[in-house]
Amino acid sequence: MIELTQQPIDYSALTESVRSHQAGAVVLFLGTVREFTGEAHTAWLEYEAYPEMAVAALQRLEGEVRRRFTVTEAAISHRYGRLELGEIAVAVAVSSPHRSQAFDAGRWLIDTLKECVPIWKKEHYTDGATEWLHPEATPGCSQDPDSETTREERSP
Amino acid sequence: MKITVLLFAAAREIAGAESVELDLPLEASVADARAALLLSLPGLALRTNALLWAVNNEYAADDRILHSTDVVACFPPVSGG
Repeated sequence: MIELTQQPIDYSALTESVRSHQAGAVVLFLGTVREFTGEAHTAWLEYEAYPEMAVAALQRLEGEVRRRFTVTEAAISHRYGRLELGEIAVAVAVSSPHRSQAFDAGRWLIDTLKECVPIWKKEHYTDGATEWLHPEATPGCSQDPDSETTREERSP
Repeated sequence: MKITVLLFAAAREIAGAESVELDLPLEASVADARAALLLSLPGLALRTNALLWAVNNEYAADDRILHSTDVVACFPPVSGG
């Protein structure tokens, strides 16, 4: 199940959606709005999405995680729009027969989401300054979305 | 052919528009679109090398040939999560 929403993320429902008698392990990751990054004091965050492509990219991730790991169910929800401190920007839930696959699959999902899904974060600081956060380009994702090599070998 | 390029995040703000229309020769590539975009919007110059391109909801390399029916987008490296 994948979701791109402007509403608060119901992580309980997301977690329940991956629970199953076939799974002995469920891992939930939440990405939340942090107040301090070093000296920088965040007031709120604005997330912008390219919705059509973001949904397509999330669907591709959901399919790929099942090919790479022993996953029973996987669910991803990403929010966009204005988010206040502490609010949940992204939730990833994975179930698997055993915990190591659940942890590995969840880690791969959130790491790859951050590299590939077209969503952007704009910091609004308490001093009134604003800043788009743009990491270095990710050629492994941008040039070959189905690459089998670059993503697995990239260190966190 | 006319190609409308959707812009997002800092690219959208620098352009002051959610999209820009480019007039490109037939069989133009993403690299040609990048050059035309830079001519049209010099303010993007500093970011041009970092900008990513997508065609029909998938990332596209510079040598990707564009067609008039393609949905084309240009944006900075992503920072979701």
